[in-house]
Amino acid sequence: MVFLEFEKPLEKLTEQLQKIIQISEEGDIDVSDKIQELENKIKSKKKEIYTNLNGWQKVQLSRHPERPYTLYYINQICKKFVELHGDRKFGDDKAIVGGIGTINGQSVVIMGHQKGLNTKLRQYRNFGMANPEGYRKALRLMKMAERFNYPVICLIDTPGAYPGIEAEERGQAEAIARNLMEMAQLKVPILCYIIGEGASGGALGIGLGDKVCMLEYTWYSVISPESCSSILWRSWDHKEEAAEALKLTSEHMLEFGLIDEIVKEPLGGAHNDPEKMSKVLKAHIKKEITALKQIPTDELIDKRIAKYEKMGQFDLLVEGE
Amino acid sequence: MGWFNRLKDGIQTATKFKKEAPDGLWHKCPKCAATHTVKELKENVFICPKCDYHIRIGSHDYFDIIFEGKYTELFSNLVSKDFLDFKDLKQYKDRLEASKKKTGLKDSMSVAHGKINKKSLVIAAMDFSFIGGSMGSVVGEKITRSINYCREHRIPFMIISKSGGARMMESAFSLMQMAKTSAKLSQLAKEGIPYFSFLTDPTTGGVTASYAMLGDINFAEPEALIGFAGPRVIKETIKRDLPEGFQRSEFLLDQGFLDFIVDRRNLRERLDDLLTIFSLSDAD
Ligand SMILES: [Zn+2]
Repeated sequence: MVFLEFEKPLEKLTEQLQKIIQISEEGDIDVSDKIQELENKIKSKKKEIYTNLNGWQKVQLSRHPERPYTLYYINQICKKFVELHGDRKFGDDKAIVGGIGTINGQSVVIMGHQKGLNTKLRQYRNFGMANPEGYRKALRLMKMAERFNYPVICLIDTPGAYPGIEAEERGQAEAIARNLMEMAQLKVPILCYIIGEGASGGALGIGLGDKVCMLEYTWYSVISPESCSSILWRSWDHKEEAAEALKLTSEHMLEFGLIDEIVKEPLGGAHNDPEKMSKVLKAHIKKEITALKQIPTDELIDKRIAKYEKMGQFDLLVEGE
Repeated sequence: MGWFNRLKDGIQTATKFKKEAPDGLWHKCPKCAATHTVKELKENVFICPKCDYHIRIGSHDYFDIIFEGKYTELFSNLVSKDFLDFKDLKQYKDRLEASKKKTGLKDSMSVAHGKINKKSLVIAAMDFSFIGGSMGSVVGEKITRSINYCREHRIPFMIISKSGGARMMESAFSLMQMAKTSAKLSQLAKEGIPYFSFLTDPTTGGVTASYAMLGDINFAEPEALIGFAGPRVIKETIKRDLPEGFQRSEFLLDQGFLDFIVDRRNLRERLDDLLTIFSLSDAD
């Protein structure tokens, strides 16, 4: 188990618990009372820690190395799933995965950013930073969903679109822009979930939908706190302040009307109980698909665009001011 | 006459020149280092007479050039607010006030409705001098209202991009302007109203990754920096030098992302051609 800085009090308690369990297994001593006591302690400590997280701590949680990624959820949620590769133009991006599958007897197109589980795989997945062909593969799958009238599900978890020479040569900006325009008019329901990091255009590139939800301990912003610190504070040392200033938590995003709903995570975060998280997510998807399928296509698209049209905060000057 | 008379009045002149450079003052070209008077530059639409370098100009300079000084400004009553109470080294509210004072503008985008040889066009143009031409809620709303206006009156729409990207001080609100503007542009496309995207130096970040790349026609000024990630970020990521001419207009044309590059001196004529070819019935 990996413990983050603010989770340190849990580490000691967990170690104690493991020791006692070990002792009880070795000898005949009955320590069940002690175990129960420690488990309760851990639970209340968790509650205490996780109900008082600040922005930066939530950013750290969203990047927890044991947090489930897209393919884990897809395999838990879909009874059948066939991964599909390639954008039919240039190549196959490993940082965005997707395919066709079934959820409760409903065929769907499901996709998302994919991060690697270990050092080697993290490189293979380019740390979840997609190139243009990732966004173009995503769009190809969405257009297929449209042809067969399947809902689209997007799982978002990226530190940003990849800033490289080849990405620029092949039109990173065009790929993201095209997706936004096409997703606005897609004739089937689009359901988006931020499952980890929602950084900037790289996240939004598969993130425009009828219903956009954030898992509880995720973040969504125009820039990562680190980059924001380096640009606005001209130093990398102000990431905590930047995380606060950006108001990037799921609570803020819901309050601002920039997302539609928060999906609660198990106590201690998704990585503490990935199976439970998957069940919650699956139930949510099922409910949303059922509701969105009721809406006639034209109305669905109009509502989708109207939702985005409302996003923004500005003042109107009265004439003469 | 037209545009340069307006420029001579000094009312709509690019900020850089308005405050610091009366007509007689010398200006050194950032590319070839040749010096010219501001008056000489004005008469050449701020293109260096020696090397053709296109000096950055403001939204109203473009309106003057394209509409020969005759246009109506739209939606100028929209102004940014510090909704998030955002503070880095400065408070966003103070940055806004300082920028307004410095530039005489209300935000980084102005919209104008004018005509080129009797053909109507609505142009939303960005000002780099206002917080780096950053895109916040006001930019998104001005584009949205412009698009609704163009749909109502069946007028072609053009955006002149000049921006460092999304405005960080509006966090996710600025990010969502990418979705908002792209979604609105999809309505124009659906209704068969032409949208021209004109990219000028520099166009990067969330602006490139939304409306700047979505034109029926994408075109740019020569040598403009155009990209998703900024050159500095790419350099830091890949840890090597960038190739010569990388992310410049000519490079993007070669890669297939622009339809053509246009010299500022031919801009009006080229737009006239486009409007004639697309010829929509005039709103008036
Ligand atoms: Zn020159």
